Amino acid sequence: MDVREEIREKNKDFPGQIIEAPGGGIIAGTFQDIVNWARSNSLWPLTFATSCCGIEMMSVASSKYDFSRFGFEVARATPRQADVIIIAGTIVNKMAPVLKRLYDQMADPKYVIAMGACAISGGPFFYNTYSVVKGADHVIPVDVYIPGCPPRPEALLHALISLQEKIKSGLTREQGINEKLLYDKG
Amino acid sequence: MTKDELKESINIALPTAVFDETGEWLNVQVEATEWKAMAQWLRNSVLQMDYLFCLTCIDWKTHLTVVYHLTSTSHRIPIVIKIKLDRQQPQVETVSDIWRTAEFHEREVFELFGVQFLHHPDLRRLILTDDFEGFPLRKDFEDPVNMVKL
Repeated sequence: MDVREEIREKNKDFPGQIIEAPGGGIIAGTFQDIVNWARSNSLWPLTFATSCCGIEMMSVASSKYDFSRFGFEVARATPRQADVIIIAGTIVNKMAPVLKRLYDQMADPKYVIAMGACAISGGPFFYNTYSVVKGADHVIPVDVYIPGCPPRPEALLHALISLQEKIKSGLTREQGINEKLLYDKG
Repeated sequence: MTKDELKESINIALPTAVFDETGEWLNVQVEATEWKAMAQWLRNSVLQMDYLFCLTCIDWKTHLTVVYHLTSTSHRIPIVIKIKLDRQQPQVETVSDIWRTAEFHEREVFELFGVQFLHHPDLRRLILTDDFEGFPLRKDFEDPVNMVKL
């Protein structure tokens, strides 16, 4: 079985197992798994778009694709209430400090999706210029990349679900750092 | 008003103007020293060129050309003015007192091509950062940090 399918299979149900007992059942699972499960199903994206990918993102938010079906319920206009930032568009040198600041203002745990060619590598058209940052990961760490120019709404949905699976498996950068901190403390 | 009538009236007002009619619109080549008076005349004469809808610049490597696109909201006939400038010291009179929109357009041409607009009320950079060096839309602009030389 392919690794992604394995992860998907593992994360299909609520984490933990049900122990049948008289008068009902008891669910047993690690606390971390339950926290990750809860977090992954309520990711609030930040309203942040710098070019045409933003239009695609709006389309995914609309009723035709509707990412709230997967828990990306409410797009927040403030980074302090957002969990995930979808970098939808070109980041230019003047925008880079703003993006960094938005990322810093987001509450932990926070996740980043780089949507489209511009956010991944500077883009198919404007990369060889004085003004464009060659990939948003020069500024902030990215969890999921979506190729495309712009990516189809289905691709964004796929990326959002991939992020959820990554969180459920405890594989995002944030979770890695937290685990390392715990490990270092002994 | 037709293109020929436009050409004729400009020819009377400014005999030194050079015309080029290959494009859709009438192109007029004007000397930098004559431009300010010409602009005043275009705005206030019967032509009533009251709308500057584009102001840009071209780097030909040997010289720079500032391009003004004008039209009249009463006659609806567009005209293109081209002014050849020295690349080492590009200077031309501002038209921001005639068409207010030129104020920002001239600031943009100033920062991207390094054209000095004389008597401009506020010739600062518009979009680039204050510490930016060089004129990025010139053909010989080099930025080894951000650009691969092709």
